[in-house]
Amino acid sequence: MKDKLHQLKLKYQGKKMAPAFNALHTFLYTPNETTHSGAHVRGADDLKRTMNTVIMALIPCLLFGMFNAGYQHYSAINGFPENFSLVNDFLTWDNFLIGITTVLPLVIVSYGIGLGIEFLFAVIKGHEVEEGYLVTGMLVPLIVPVDTPLWMLAIAVAFGVVIGKEVFGGTGMNILNPALTIRAFLFFAYPTWMSGDKVWVHGAVERAGTADAISGETILGSLAQGSDYSYSLSDMFYGFIPGSVGETSTFLILLGGLFLIFSKIASWRIMVSAVIGSMAMGLIFNGIVDAGWLPEYSKFHTLMSFPYWQHLLVGGLAFGIVFMATDPVTGSQTNKGKWIYGFLIGFLSVMIRVFNPGYPEGVFLAILLMNVFAPTIDHYVVRGNIKKRLKRLKTATIYPKASDEVDSLKTETA
Amino acid sequence: MALLNKKDSKLILDPLADNNPITIQVLGICSALAITAELKASVVMALSVLFVLSVGNVVISLLRNIIPSKIRIIVQLVVVAALVIIVDQVLKAFAYELSKTLSVFVGLIITNCIIMGRFEAFALGNGPKKAFFDGIGNALGYGIILVIVGFFRELLGSGTLFGFKVLGDPVTKTGLYSLGYENNGFMIIPPAALIVVGIIIWVQRSRNRVLIEEA
Repeated sequence: MKDKLHQLKLKYQGKKMAPAFNALHTFLYTPNETTHSGAHVRGADDLKRTMNTVIMALIPCLLFGMFNAGYQHYSAINGFPENFSLVNDFLTWDNFLIGITTVLPLVIVSYGIGLGIEFLFAVIKGHEVEEGYLVTGMLVPLIVPVDTPLWMLAIAVAFGVVIGKEVFGGTGMNILNPALTIRAFLFFAYPTWMSGDKVWVHGAVERAGTADAISGETILGSLAQGSDYSYSLSDMFYGFIPGSVGETSTFLILLGGLFLIFSKIASWRIMVSAVIGSMAMGLIFNGIVDAGWLPEYSKFHTLMSFPYWQHLLVGGLAFGIVFMATDPVTGSQTNKGKWIYGFLIGFLSVMIRVFNPGYPEGVFLAILLMNVFAPTIDHYVVRGNIKKRLKRLKTATIYPKASDEVDSLKTETA
Repeated sequence: MALLNKKDSKLILDPLADNNPITIQVLGICSALAITAELKASVVMALSVLFVLSVGNVVISLLRNIIPSKIRIIVQLVVVAALVIIVDQVLKAFAYELSKTLSVFVGLIITNCIIMGRFEAFALGNGPKKAFFDGIGNALGYGIILVIVGFFRELLGSGTLFGFKVLGDPVTKTGLYSLGYENNGFMIIPPAALIVVGIIIWVQRSRNRVLIEEA
């Protein structure tokens, strides 16, 4: 098989379909071409390995999401189990079966459509296929509700890849995070499928209006309506709550985040500053409530009195911070810029959550907004650094060395 | 004998594609975003601009030798304003519902940069016949984009064309809707028009590479 591919590659060289073929080839095997002379920089982490590391960090979330899809489905029908046991109630074949039949199609559609478009553009433009979509394709099924119709997902993926990425020049050139562009498109195009109390539990939409009707509201959704929710703190932390497929388990996201930090793929500065930012905004809101400035009947009261640190446990905030905000292409590049960028993402996410009842989840909007501002932040950080250094140069006294001629020194400092 | 000689037909045909006021000169974007959610509104807007621009171009062209250049902008504004008021009143009299949809945007034809642009750039320096053809050409170029955008936005956003339910009824679930299809709410909001116009520009420039600006 491997040899055959090599022969085929030679045959297709210079033909129109060559980029598509080469992509498949390098994806499956190491290419047989090596450079024969000269010294080269050897890096173990090429783009493909970077992408694969992120996917490895996402796999636990995906598996958990599959089990949770089944768990939420059966719990909505039979009621939540009284004495919850992880093995008997959660990690069951029934749950997994529901999960695999609902989540796997999402993954397949996401990869099928997205990679199809990438291959198409590579063939048209005649460049090599980039691996950028590998992560996006995995992120997309994790941030949509479990019952999202597949054709909607397909349209959204096509839109996100073409408008969010290819028009800017492909992987590495995009301004907006493609996965979030896809999520935003779905949200604005089909709002009834992206919010409410029916979409988070498998089967709830079909059963609506019948005697078997079931529903499951997300915690943020309940809070936005000012009503109570029945999930404990550990439920929230481990993720046994309704929500988009892969974003419920803060615990697994935390593990994935640590893995990404230790493998130096994602920036810890962005993650830490985003957590600080969200807590700061949460503390301000809590403070306003505690100071008694907000009357009980205000529609913001429930959300604003929600403990500041629990914002990280519900909704997609943790997932967004770890896997979306840290996207190296669309985030800030400078270290100081990363702190500002991350902080504002956390800050704005909580603000949108609380103040806009139309968008129960503000993370994707906050990250997209900061994506747009990331180059500006970097620009001013770099300018600031140049200014600082010029100032230092001006005040510095330069002692001429004995050997230096005065003329050459003048031209250097001028 | 051809109805139009080569130069005149160039005046009309050029703005339709290679010198399109919206996609190439990027003028008149504001109204293109605001009123293209329905095809009907797009067509009426296109016709209104066609009337205002062709008649206005002729009027300005006739007056071009007697307008003092210091106050030419004010004169141009008076001419556009007069024509726009005529359009507005006609719409209110004969298509009241539609004039409510178009609301302020009929009045805002006055500020449409295409109109002032053509007055300044063409009518002030050319005879009435040429100015008339130029007005028609540019208004058609504007209108064609409006109709394309309106077509896609109404079809995908509301499932209708000119108000006819071409894709079936979303409430009683007939036609395409019985298969689970749903209208795309994104196409209703103005940012979608920006994206559709952007795609038109993309397609146009990749078909005719001469139009791509130097970076």
